[in-house]
Amino acid sequence: MSPPAIAVSGLTKSFGRTRVLNGIGFTAAEGTVLALLGPNGAGKTTAVRILGTLLRPDAGHAEILGYDVVREPQQVRSLIGLTGQYAAVDDMLSGRENLSMIGRLLGQHAQAARRRADDLLSAFDLAGSAGQTVKAYSGGMRRRLDLAASLVTQPPVLFLDEPTTGLDPVSRQRVWEVIRELIGSGVTLLLTTQYLDEADALADRIVVVNHGQVIADGTPRELKERSRSAHVEVTLAEPGPEAAEVIAPLVGGQVSVSADGLRLGAAVDNAPGLATAVVRALDQAGILTDTIEVRQPSLDDVFFALTGAAERESEGAAA
Amino acid sequence: MTSTIAPRAAAGTRPLTQGVAERVRNVMSMTRRNLVHISREPMQLSDVTIQPVLFTVLFIFLFGGAIPIPGGGSYTDFILAGLLSLNLTTSTMGTAVGLATDLHEGMIDRFRTLPMWRPAVLVGRSFADLLTACLCALVVAVTGLAVGWRTSAGLLPIIAGFALVLFFAYSLSWVAACVGLNSKSPESAASFGFIVLFPLAFVSNALVPTQHMPGWLQAIADWSPVSAVTAAARQLWQNPNPSASISAWPMQHPIEASLAWSVLILAVAAPLAARYFRRRTTE
Repeated sequence: MSPPAIAVSGLTKSFGRTRVLNGIGFTAAEGTVLALLGPNGAGKTTAVRILGTLLRPDAGHAEILGYDVVREPQQVRSLIGLTGQYAAVDDMLSGRENLSMIGRLLGQHAQAARRRADDLLSAFDLAGSAGQTVKAYSGGMRRRLDLAASLVTQPPVLFLDEPTTGLDPVSRQRVWEVIRELIGSGVTLLLTTQYLDEADALADRIVVVNHGQVIADGTPRELKERSRSAHVEVTLAEPGPEAAEVIAPLVGGQVSVSADGLRLGAAVDNAPGLATAVVRALDQAGILTDTIEVRQPSLDDVFFALTGAAERESEGAAA
Repeated sequence: MTSTIAPRAAAGTRPLTQGVAERVRNVMSMTRRNLVHISREPMQLSDVTIQPVLFTVLFIFLFGGAIPIPGGGSYTDFILAGLLSLNLTTSTMGTAVGLATDLHEGMIDRFRTLPMWRPAVLVGRSFADLLTACLCALVVAVTGLAVGWRTSAGLLPIIAGFALVLFFAYSLSWVAACVGLNSKSPESAASFGFIVLFPLAFVSNALVPTQHMPGWLQAIADWSPVSAVTAAARQLWQNPNPSASISAWPMQHPIEASLAWSVLILAVAAPLAARYFRRRTTE
């Protein structure tokens, strides 16, 4: 069996007295997209820098396609591309010069490097600015050029550290499009993000990180199911004071009623067939329902539920 | 698009050790990068073009008449080797600032994730800086000739004199690299010039004969590498060299002394810079 594209276990790293990674571990199979999701300071960037051979871990293991990042860094470098949080492109060079310099550094001949640079520039919608110095590029253009720079080698494993942080919505969409095309190409992608919608939209698997630890790991769907935070909202045809009592047993919790008595809302367990059960119970009580909506939990709900729980646990442990 | 961005087969890793030819190509790429930077922002070159002209003219016309040369000779003929040392010594500040800037802007991270020969980052920078130092030497020589500097030496000794000073500047650029790699910001790297390089250049025989200095200062100046390099160039160019009458060993053997200094500085600073580079970037 071939090794996973990315295998990380028990990774720890401290800077001075601050422990940034606290035994983090995850794996990504070849050709999949893994998102490391967490707030600022969760340790995402540190993990990526270790995987990118830019930092040494204090303890733990990390392998890329079976190569150890500490013991075999040069092999790892030949397999990866890394696009950091702050675009690492040369301001004083043009877009084309940036890419062909990297090609040259990797042993391509001048013409081949230039050809590859031009191919990448048009693939990333930068052909029109190929000869301009990067200084004149917008934030989104720099990010795309940076992405192109990590693809010069056609690496089978790619790390994208917060690829859309700080971009306006339009540039963000454009970077997403590029990432989607990458995903289709068979590359293994590790993406860090603080945006749940980004992880939801792009990743096969999400690892939620907080305080340098993994607090949840699964597909976006699994994570949503794990969180029991669906929301049901009912609008009645006419005010029914007893409606709240009728549905309370079904939702197993507090039911809120709007001032006009027409709208009911409740946080519920994410059970199958819930909407049917609610409507039927109301009908049996002689109450007419105009609309019912069961909103599936967003990853935001999941994330806050998870990080909140972790926070309480650590406080409990400290007490 | 898909064919452009599609990954290679995972099995196709590149050869892991670079041959000499590949290392040389890496160094050339890095050198070219630094030269392109200069071409985009020519004002970067002011310290090796405008400054030498300014210093040459200022020193010759301001101090020329006021400073007697022990043993005789014109101040213009005396000062030229000194101005060359002064300008080349202080211009190594550019290496410190350049490296600090690269570290600051994340460009070094990009290079470090590539399977390239990493020392090329430092070696390429040092070569680009050597080329600008050559330009600086040319500017000093031409300005000197314009204001009356003359030498009766043959072509070979003249070239040897320039080469000795350039070699010294090259070795010093590795000290500057160490400073740049340990700087928190490009600005703090720049202060290296004023705190270290200017005193180093001034406390020497470069601008004034050391005979007029207080005893303790003269002892320092006579053993300064800048003095050895300057005296060696004066000797080779058959320009007035008042240090020849000083008994300190480097002043009696300036060519050997300047070579020894340059080799020593290079032997210590280059491996140290390589170490700082590794440490600064993987800690």
